[in-house]
Amino acid sequence: MSTDQRAAGAARMPTYVGMPAFPEAARDAVRDTRLRRNLTHATTTIRAKRAAAVSELADWAELRETAKRIKDHTIEHLGHYLRLLEEQVTARGGIVHWARDAAEANRVVADLIKATGETDVVKVKSMATQEIGLNEALAAEGIRAHETDLAELIVQLGHDRPSHILVPAIHRGRAEIRDIFRREMPGAPDDLTDEPARLAEAAREHLRERFLKAKVAVSGVNFAVAETGSLVVVESEGNGRMCLTLPETLISVMGIEKVVPSWQDLEVFLQLLPRSSTAERMNPYTSVWSGATEGQTFHLVLVDNGRTATRDDEVGRQALRCIRCSACLNVCPVYQRAGGHAYGSPYPGPIGAILSPQLRGAGSPVDDSLPYASTLCGACYEVCPVAIDIPEVLVHLRSRAVHGRAEKAAMRFAAWTLRSPTRLAFGQRLAGTAGRMLGRRGGIRRLPGPLTRWTDTRDAPVPATETFREWWEKRS
Amino acid sequence: MNAREEILRRLGDTEADPAAYAAIPRPYLRRHHDGDVVELFAERAADYRAEVRRVAGADLPGVLGELRGRYVAPDGLPEAWTAGVDVVRDDPPVSIADLDALDGVITGCAVAIAETGTVVLDHGPGQGRRALTLVPDHHVVVVESARIAADVPEAVERLSPDRPLTFISGPSATSDIELSRVEGVHGPRRLTIVITD
Repeated sequence: MSTDQRAAGAARMPTYVGMPAFPEAARDAVRDTRLRRNLTHATTTIRAKRAAAVSELADWAELRETAKRIKDHTIEHLGHYLRLLEEQVTARGGIVHWARDAAEANRVVADLIKATGETDVVKVKSMATQEIGLNEALAAEGIRAHETDLAELIVQLGHDRPSHILVPAIHRGRAEIRDIFRREMPGAPDDLTDEPARLAEAAREHLRERFLKAKVAVSGVNFAVAETGSLVVVESEGNGRMCLTLPETLISVMGIEKVVPSWQDLEVFLQLLPRSSTAERMNPYTSVWSGATEGQTFHLVLVDNGRTATRDDEVGRQALRCIRCSACLNVCPVYQRAGGHAYGSPYPGPIGAILSPQLRGAGSPVDDSLPYASTLCGACYEVCPVAIDIPEVLVHLRSRAVHGRAEKAAMRFAAWTLRSPTRLAFGQRLAGTAGRMLGRRGGIRRLPGPLTRWTDTRDAPVPATETFREWWEKRS
Repeated sequence: MNAREEILRRLGDTEADPAAYAAIPRPYLRRHHDGDVVELFAERAADYRAEVRRVAGADLPGVLGELRGRYVAPDGLPEAWTAGVDVVRDDPPVSIADLDALDGVITGCAVAIAETGTVVLDHGPGQGRRALTLVPDHHVVVVESARIAADVPEAVERLSPDRPLTFISGPSATSDIELSRVEGVHGPRRLTIVITD
């Protein structure tokens, strides 16, 4: 990898500082029993509910297939639909900005905020702004970004990192949330209990004044309709509506793959998204607006940040269909045990394992290990509302991953051995002898030399003491 | 090259074929339930802890008259509906701080969706600007039964993208604590739906 490529990767999506490869990060997480308990509780609850919400719709398979085709068509003709979107948003009084990477997007947003003279902004939860590290970039410019989504607030107050796409604080149980609020939330009631309703109320009180006085808001976008210039934000708490409605200036940041061609397409996605993500027939609030609304100044920032490069990969581009529902996280056996932090990016879980390495396009240790952070069981593909074949992309990315010199040498040696029956027979006898010396109780806990890397994460089986040929000869 | 040009260049910037888009098959259902959409809407809205009442048109003022406290009413809301309510008209517009001090808001709606128990406001006459149904803690929405669409596709078809839209399904809620739904966060914590003919 060249220095230029690394620099391009860093400008796109920051890898968390000091982030180790997935196996190391996961090892610590798996040992954290409280984390595992929280994750198991939350993911199993939502899994059952989601299955029920989906089974209500007899045509789920058809909706899913249509959504997949709409997204594929849009990604194929992305330039066309982005120009149309720009034209329509502009015609309705909005101002459209383009950004090649995270650094450029952050620069655009910071400059827009500075132009208003404000130093505090309210934010609706948005994966795109997590991805580009907007809050940190704004802080460096003296602008405070206040997260208003309950889970984002828990993460922000806890000086923590998000670990789930939909519920960034999924790794926190109610008692921990109460402790964080008591410790970090100014004016939190002394008698605050860990009852979810009380915690939600505390968040309401905490943010109320800020909402009513906010002058600038930053949001993400769930869907953008090209033909009408309509932006859609799907949410639950009303913090989205507060941010989208009350401030004088609204800045919405969207990944370029969020565009859909027509108004009618919403009838598909508004059925798929809520049932897949929160297992609701419909989420509490969805806001739709086209251009500048009710006298507001509206900016739309279109962000590439590795998406055009992802699109260039015929197999990997299907990751761009993702509508960020997080169903794949909730069913993933690896996510459930390792938690979201081990993935080292704002996009954890199966979708993160294929999205982060592609968006970043640069080989950090964690990105190189992500395509292996899966058992390829296929549960993610089964629940995906836009039919992203995540296992297929994982295998594809594995084949693209950089293989070390030792690994290549070992493969060449294996090929040389397998080409000749004499060499193979010799190798098998050697392995049988080594097996008798190393093996204890059916497994080898630690292989010697460079092979320790294999046994770091698993036991190696003891080679058979007798080859098949030897066994066959004895029998005949 | 500026960012716009470069992104479009990376995308190959070709025209989409409208026929290719139109050829995408849409074999899904237009509606999931036949039969009485009003009944289904009432049931589904109640599932999300909205308080649902069904009243004959003539009884509407009486039922709304049971509201205690001060409510804001948008321009275009029939005055007869709120004859028995202590209302402030949003004309001139009530300030955000004053909205916060009121007990609630009474509006109509553009469309409702039976399958999902959703009401949709397009913020036209009788529905008010968006802040009106957001800041006060109790939202009372009158749904005339003809406005109830059976399902999401029919509702999307009836709605105009030229209007700002707010889809509301139950009072504000969150799933952020242990992925379980809890009602009552930043939006109105009480949603009353009055279905009339």
